[in-house]
Amino acid sequence: MAALGELERAVMDALWDADGALSAYDVQSRLGADGRPLAVTTLLTVLSRLEKKGFVSSDRSVRPHHYTATSSRAEHVAELMHTVLGDAADRTAVLERFVGGVSAEDAAILRQLLGHSG
Amino acid sequence: MLLVAMDAAPAGALVIPHGVIIAGAVVLGVVALALAWPVPVALSRATWPMRAPVMALLLWQVIGLAGGLSMIGALALAGYAALPQHPWFAPIAAVLFAAYLLGHLAVTIVQVTRLRHRHLALLEMLTSPHPTRAHTRVIDDAVPMAYCLPRGARSVTVLSQGLLDRLDPDELVAVIAHERAHVEQRHDLLLLAFRAWRSALPWFPIAARAEVEVAALVEMLADDHARREVRDEVLARAILQVGASGVPGADQPVSGSMRVSDRFRRLAR
Repeated sequence: MAALGELERAVMDALWDADGALSAYDVQSRLGADGRPLAVTTLLTVLSRLEKKGFVSSDRSVRPHHYTATSSRAEHVAELMHTVLGDAADRTAVLERFVGGVSAEDAAILRQLLGHSG
Repeated sequence: MLLVAMDAAPAGALVIPHGVIIAGAVVLGVVALALAWPVPVALSRATWPMRAPVMALLLWQVIGLAGGLSMIGALALAGYAALPQHPWFAPIAAVLFAAYLLGHLAVTIVQVTRLRHRHLALLEMLTSPHPTRAHTRVIDDAVPMAYCLPRGARSVTVLSQGLLDRLDPDELVAVIAHERAHVEQRHDLLLLAFRAWRSALPWFPIAARAEVEVAALVEMLADDHARREVRDEVLARAILQVGASGVPGADQPVSGSMRVSDRFRRLAR
């Protein structure tokens, strides 16, 4: 399971780095260049999983089929960050963020605590 | 079968005087109203919860559960008092209200589950497993951040590379202990229940207040867990380190609650 996740990340990296759509063979040669020989059938399975999750879209009007990432990596990270940092009322989706947002008053309280301990 | 003694009752049936049913409806109604407004308001204004967050959380749960049950009971008894000739139809208001509350709980669960699946898919794609820690993933981002995504036994703690770079080893221990407490103590279930309560009763300002209070108390519980492993100053330093990064777009974790400041004041005691 962990290995599949790693493979999905590698495939997404290849799609994100590319200028246009890639075929499964293009992905294979890009990943192969990193010293990672992979069967095209494996890559096709991964690509269809990613498509089902909505991260990849396919153009099946050409042969071989070509694939593109639906959003850039930065956009996905922003989506993740927005889930985590965004709506304070929606705290059941993600439980508590240990992240910035300390008010000036609270920061003063904390600094006082640290000042006492030296 | 509950019968109201208006006329001769069949042998063997339970007979309750009409006056008792009315009195019961009134008593439960008063209890429901008390638990809907003055009692939770008093609890949210009290100062003792920051010293005993576990007790305060227990009280919030009791208020929520007892408030709902007494409301349903009051409606049922009022129905029996009003329609003694129709014992099957009389509690209709209570049944509808109970269905309404349960329906909101179900809808909330579905929404949260769907959001979590999407979040997990994003995490799988954007993060790598932590090299040494189990159930922990690292996201390659400079913003210092740590959070947990609850999934029962398969909960995930997410740390950003910015956090790992910024914190000392003992500060990191504090942060991770805090997050693991949320996961192990299943705070997500508690917050889910109060979120459902708030969505079911949007015209009750106290329901929104309750969710905010419970969220802040849950943070104190997690802090207490972290304080067992590190000194208070270490936890405070970790919080300040992360807070000092000035994350653009990061909101105040919880606004309008004195409990948030209480959380930091307890560390300073």
